[in-house]
Amino acid sequence: MTNPMPQIELPERLARGRPPLRLDPSVLMVLVGCVVLVAGGAVIYPAFLGPAYLLQQLQIAAFLGIIATGAMLVILLGEIDLSIPLTITGTAIVTTQFAGASHAAVAALAIPIGLAAGALIGFVNGIGVAVFRIPGMVWTLATNAMLLGATVFYTGGFKPQGVVPVLASQAALGRTFGVPNAFLVWLAVAAATIWALNRTVYGVYLYAMGNSQRALFLSGARVRRVTVATFMLAGLLSSLGSLLLTGYANQAYQGMGDGYLLPVIAAVVIGGTSILGGSGSYLGTFAGAIFITLLSSILSVLQMPAAARQIVFGGIILSMLLAHRFRTRG
Amino acid sequence: MKAWLRLRLRLLAAIAALVVLFVAYVSIHPRGASTYVLTIWANQGTLLGFAAIAQFFAVLVRGVDLSVGSMIALTNVAASFLLVGAPVAIAAGVVAVLLLGLCCGLINGLFIVYGRIQPIIVTLATGSVYAGLALLLRPTPGGAINESLSDALTYDISGTPTSILLLAGALLLVAIPLRRTPLGLGMYAIGSAEASAYMTGVRVNAIKLTAYATGGVFAALAGLYVSMVTLTGDAGVGPAYTLNSIAAVVLGGVSLNGGVGSPLGAAVGALILKTISSLMFFSGAPPLAQPFFEGLILAIAIGLGSLGVFRVRNKLDLFNR
Amino acid sequence: MSGSLVELSAVSKNYGGVPALTDVDFRCEAGMVHAVLGENGAGKSTLMKLLAGVIQPSRGALKVDGRIVSFASPRDAIREGIVCIFQELSLAPHLSAGDNIVLAAPRARFGLLTLDAYAKARAALDSVGARNIALGARIGDLSLAERQLVEIAKALVRKPRLLILDEATSALSKQLVEVVFGVVRELRRQGVAILFISHRMHEVDALADRISVFRNGRHVDTFTAGERNHNDIVTMMIGQSLKELFPPRGPAAPRGTPPRLAVNGLRWNGQLNGVDFEVGPGEIIGLGGLDGQGQQQAMHAVFGVLNGVSGSITMDDRPIEGVTPSRAKASSVGLALTPEDRKTEGLVLEMSILDNLRLAALGRAPFGIAGRQPEIDRRLGALIQRMALTYADLSDPVGSLSGGNQQKVVLAKWLALSPRCLLLMDPTRGIDVKTKAQIYRLLRDLAAEGLAIVLQSTDYEELVHLCDRVYVFYAGRVSRVLSGDDLSPGTLLAASMNMSQAAQAAS
Repeated sequence: MTNPMPQIELPERLARGRPPLRLDPSVLMVLVGCVVLVAGGAVIYPAFLGPAYLLQQLQIAAFLGIIATGAMLVILLGEIDLSIPLTITGTAIVTTQFAGASHAAVAALAIPIGLAAGALIGFVNGIGVAVFRIPGMVWTLATNAMLLGATVFYTGGFKPQGVVPVLASQAALGRTFGVPNAFLVWLAVAAATIWALNRTVYGVYLYAMGNSQRALFLSGARVRRVTVATFMLAGLLSSLGSLLLTGYANQAYQGMGDGYLLPVIAAVVIGGTSILGGSGSYLGTFAGAIFITLLSSILSVLQMPAAARQIVFGGIILSMLLAHRFRTRG
Repeated sequence: MKAWLRLRLRLLAAIAALVVLFVAYVSIHPRGASTYVLTIWANQGTLLGFAAIAQFFAVLVRGVDLSVGSMIALTNVAASFLLVGAPVAIAAGVVAVLLLGLCCGLINGLFIVYGRIQPIIVTLATGSVYAGLALLLRPTPGGAINESLSDALTYDISGTPTSILLLAGALLLVAIPLRRTPLGLGMYAIGSAEASAYMTGVRVNAIKLTAYATGGVFAALAGLYVSMVTLTGDAGVGPAYTLNSIAAVVLGGVSLNGGVGSPLGAAVGALILKTISSLMFFSGAPPLAQPFFEGLILAIAIGLGSLGVFRVRNKLDLFNR
Repeated sequence: MSGSLVELSAVSKNYGGVPALTDVDFRCEAGMVHAVLGENGAGKSTLMKLLAGVIQPSRGALKVDGRIVSFASPRDAIREGIVCIFQELSLAPHLSAGDNIVLAAPRARFGLLTLDAYAKARAALDSVGARNIALGARIGDLSLAERQLVEIAKALVRKPRLLILDEATSALSKQLVEVVFGVVRELRRQGVAILFISHRMHEVDALADRISVFRNGRHVDTFTAGERNHNDIVTMMIGQSLKELFPPRGPAAPRGTPPRLAVNGLRWNGQLNGVDFEVGPGEIIGLGGLDGQGQQQAMHAVFGVLNGVSGSITMDDRPIEGVTPSRAKASSVGLALTPEDRKTEGLVLEMSILDNLRLAALGRAPFGIAGRQPEIDRRLGALIQRMALTYADLSDPVGSLSGGNQQKVVLAKWLALSPRCLLLMDPTRGIDVKTKAQIYRLLRDLAAEGLAIVLQSTDYEELVHLCDRVYVFYAGRVSRVLSGDDLSPGTLLAASMNMSQAAQAAS
């Protein structure tokens, strides 16, 4: 095979080397799974096919989806962020405390401060992993423990008092032209993420990091910065999700983040992102978050006891992963 | 001698840290170095110790087990049904619980080895299943454990807490096979360089399965001991054990990349964690601040263990992928 | 006349449509040392892997003692007494030498490893001249030469019937090589069949009873050692005369040209003990010597991969200090390094060819947006043409390319930045002959255009024919500088072994 043309054009649209929106078979599988869930659920409860129910699912999926976006970035890097639960709780407390401040100027800054708190947590995570070379799993466990301690100390064990910023409630509960605002926020996050992953230097570096840090380092890229930036983005996205959750629940409360670790990781992984890093398309995470949300919702509507739900949850994750595995090998 | 010392530096540092912390603890404790204090400390430490050893076996072969806590919960719940009645029934119950742990570990291993799914995800999912099963069996804490057995195992034998003896016994039981059999050596080789082990003709699949199954047995030991200490079955005991078992193995000098470390290190790491938390309790620090300080100390300990990176001479060594 | 110990009949091996071996008939017999020669891509390592049970043939049959066998894994081959020493050693770095050896041939009673397993390990190490390697020494702490010895000892404890050595002595000194050869000869006397791959003709001369030549996945010929001379053998291996492989040297740089890159007194971690070399614009210099004498560390030191380097490194007379790869590639410095292992250090195999090509240049992308560097893309387009890169689609993963094309991508990635000095670490390792010739021509042309090139290589022919000057490394220092008439494979070999002039004359 030789190149027939005398001059090679390197078209800019090949920046990613792969058209960004081509459907990965894994993504397709998850989407089919979503359809199956809705259809199956509709057999039992016909209301499932109604727009009211589906829109509500999209709204709830948005919380999971935004947080899962951050988790996906860290997983693409080849690490894992186990500090998601307390980042959620912690930044919610920070935001509501500031929003309840007596000084109006301070209260107005509550949301940016809350987001900044998330980014700061991410920065601490990133430094531990990038500079001290502590495995992400261990270090984020430690930061999670510290955050837990800090929230316990700060709230004195009581329910945190505070005010939910109006913007948070509107974003979480409101609708624009019938579409839940939360879902719109998620769409914006999704668009930005897809752009970042496919069009920026950061995106190329991130995928490279997940595959071969040595090669990226030897190509002269600043590897540590990519790691720190990724953890900071994850922290920021966790706090954004936390903000919406606060608006939805109309409060910040202890343990509000606890139920989000397993579903978030599950959403990322069944969407086809490799837990080892370096491969996966954002569409998979998007579909995965919707899938997990639908699954939880159907399980609870079926009035399965929490115990059975856990078993089914774990079982389905394992089955989907096995299916991925046999598809790629077969 | 010097080489031997250098190889075991992390373990020795951990043991030294444990001694220091323990001495501090008994000095602070109002009842001092009494058998009572020792026994409470030892019982808690042994619980986490078994969990840490379970984690050790997964980490040794370059995996991780996020289902440790759930396996403990499930076996604890099972024990709360089985460990009553005649001594023969109790003995059978103990064996059954251990077998249950072995099966759980084996299931993990099967998905990892033959399903070729990454350990972190497999155990996250199976952890959910095992916890769910525990909850189904015992929605609320309850059940009964034979009290005389519990007493025998949770008090002391002429001043030495029985729990420590149990832990030491378990360590001895695994120490020799681990370093002096082809099976144990094979586990270290697989964790160190799986491809090389394969080329050398090591039975990688069978040995990995054995590692995960052994982890399950130790999780069952922890579950059994929980039932001895609490005299109930409680499906909610899990989560703290999982995360703490990972911290414990890291503190004890076990490498998360596999091939390095020992069960003794895992147990020492567990005891360190428990001693820190007990120290906090009696240190006079405000109770609400204690969890934070525990987390902070954990972070510092892990950070100190990583200071070696600043001595690295070839930057490529910082990247292991 | 005994039957063959191992025989391949009409064996072919394809990797997804790409043939590695085609219709090979091959036999090796007990009590004979059999050398397998061939250029990279000839199929030698595929042959070894088939024999060792690492891979299975796509077609054809493998026979041991006349029986047809099928190896599902290395265990099966080991059971038949076939033991292979691979170039990428099969040692566990965190375990001790003793543990590694014992694992290979575990002797257990009641499940426990017997003490005499370790005694046998000790004996095996001693027999290969590794008396000073303790059984408890951690593999990760040993030098490459020591690890090679452990690997050989590990193979010996298995009492092989067929022993395969794949470049097993590349880092060993002359004395150690002699000891190992002595062991090989003793094994031959005991009736063991020995197969070995080597690039060093002097080793083949010293050891082989029979020689087989492979080229392009086919078995070309097998003959008794001594029947053919070197030139004929090399021609059989590469399908053309050696002379045609290398382009003619360019004119020497005019005297007094200041060096582009100058290194003085480089010291690091006991592995670099005062290294000096320099390269001027338009020159290609070589760094040679036995494996593991500091050449690679010197390259890494210049590029900023090492911490704690002392000594001076100057570029166009300006000192470069506190370098990291990201600062080294900056246009103010202009260094580029193609690493030793292109698969794990030079390329991100899973990423597309295009992304890999742009990877080094991305650091200069405005606003961090990828794909907006038309000047770089233009240069890449020209380089792809110039290097005749063969590919299907630029968005394919770079791992789908052949080794030679992969190396071209690594080179293009760096050349797109228009570096001032190019550092190459064993760039033609594992690359087929045709691509090698293309790369040699490219390097010569680049030098003629003014680039300063430093070539670290383990291939003597490359160093002799391509370089204007070769710095031979020994024990972390430059022991000799060879150029002009002094530069020949013989003197290079002698200098690598650190034989003095007198000793060389006497040998």
